Amino acid sequence: MPSADPPRFSDLVAANEATLLADWMKQQKAARGTRLDLLGESELEDQSRRFLRAFRTALATGDLDDVSQPAWSDVRDFLREVSRSRALQGLKPAETALFVFSLKQPLFALLRGALGNATDRLALDTWQISTLLDQLGLFTMEAYQQTREEIIVRQQQELLELSTPVVQLWDRILALPLVGTLDSSRTQVVMESLLERIVATGSEIAIIDITGVPTVDTLVAQHLLKTIAATRLMGADCIISGIRPQIAQTIVHLGVDLGTVVTKATLADAFAVALKRTRDAAVSAQRDPTT
Amino acid sequence: MDRIPILKMGEYLLVTIQVDMHDQLALALQEDLTERINRERAAGVLIDISSLDVVDSFIGRMIGNIAAMARVLDANTVVTGMRPAVAITLVELGLSLEGVHTALNVERGMALLRKKVAARNA
Repeated sequence: MPSADPPRFSDLVAANEATLLADWMKQQKAARGTRLDLLGESELEDQSRRFLRAFRTALATGDLDDVSQPAWSDVRDFLREVSRSRALQGLKPAETALFVFSLKQPLFALLRGALGNATDRLALDTWQISTLLDQLGLFTMEAYQQTREEIIVRQQQELLELSTPVVQLWDRILALPLVGTLDSSRTQVVMESLLERIVATGSEIAIIDITGVPTVDTLVAQHLLKTIAATRLMGADCIISGIRPQIAQTIVHLGVDLGTVVTKATLADAFAVALKRTRDAAVSAQRDPTT
Repeated sequence: MDRIPILKMGEYLLVTIQVDMHDQLALALQEDLTERINRERAAGVLIDISSLDVVDSFIGRMIGNIAAMARVLDANTVVTGMRPAVAITLVELGLSLEGVHTALNVERGMALLRKKVAARNA
């Protein structure tokens, strides 16, 4: 099928690299999704030039069917770097994928110009290049997604560390202001840090303030009850404060039984109760003749 | 066979668990303690588990059982010094030891016991 001597595709790209780059840049700038405000024209041009160079080298050595071949490793590394930086800059997925997909048109134009008459060859090459670029585009998206997932995991960890401060309000009184949704992994961290602090400070009362907890469903309530049960086993008592009206309604509607747990509307109320209890305990200990 | 010593202090009995609990030991303790409460006519029992760092469901249930038996024999029971890891384990096992009094350390446990006994005698 290959007729007389139409130039090989890799040679075509190598010979016309400058024109390709110019066309591609024009294409990218014209496309709606290109965020020149975030990327900067010179950076975009630099990225495009480096990609073309790697692309040309890979074309010359590797086969055009499978971009997971070692010959394509430079291209893959570069694309990974590009999508990574774009993900971190906050570009959307489509805007990131555009980088590779916008190369299609300049490449097809180049092919048409060089192989205008050899239609069989033209169709074949177009198909090959199209699949190749699709593969590269998909790879870009995968790398983009991966970077985003890394960001999410990191943020979750940061959140976990940030969100569980246990503060000592008074002698033998601790407060635990909870902010954000309680899931099982967070409950574990909350429970551990609260119990550790109870031991360290010798506290008798822990006030769990849920003003910052957006919703209380059965699962969250169960987590709360677990924490309270563990605190009680340690020999301390818990008071829940900061229950908003809607949350009180949900708790009752869901049929959650808070049992004997003392609940107060505000942290201030809970603190007053806690103070009274610790003072009473101190007074009765003083009066007790056997002490 | 090893046994956990039970100390008498006035009208209270003091049990401190200093070794790893295994099932036989727990059963022996249950037997000894009920026997002693009966014989000494103790008003209160204090069980200190501050050295206990591993529990399983059996030991957890035994602690609850011993406390319940002491209550039946008309003695108040306080469990003291439970470690955070132990407390979390028990809660995860679903054993929240309802009805068992707890305190942070032996001193507070003793104060609580005195209060309970005084309330009962009043």
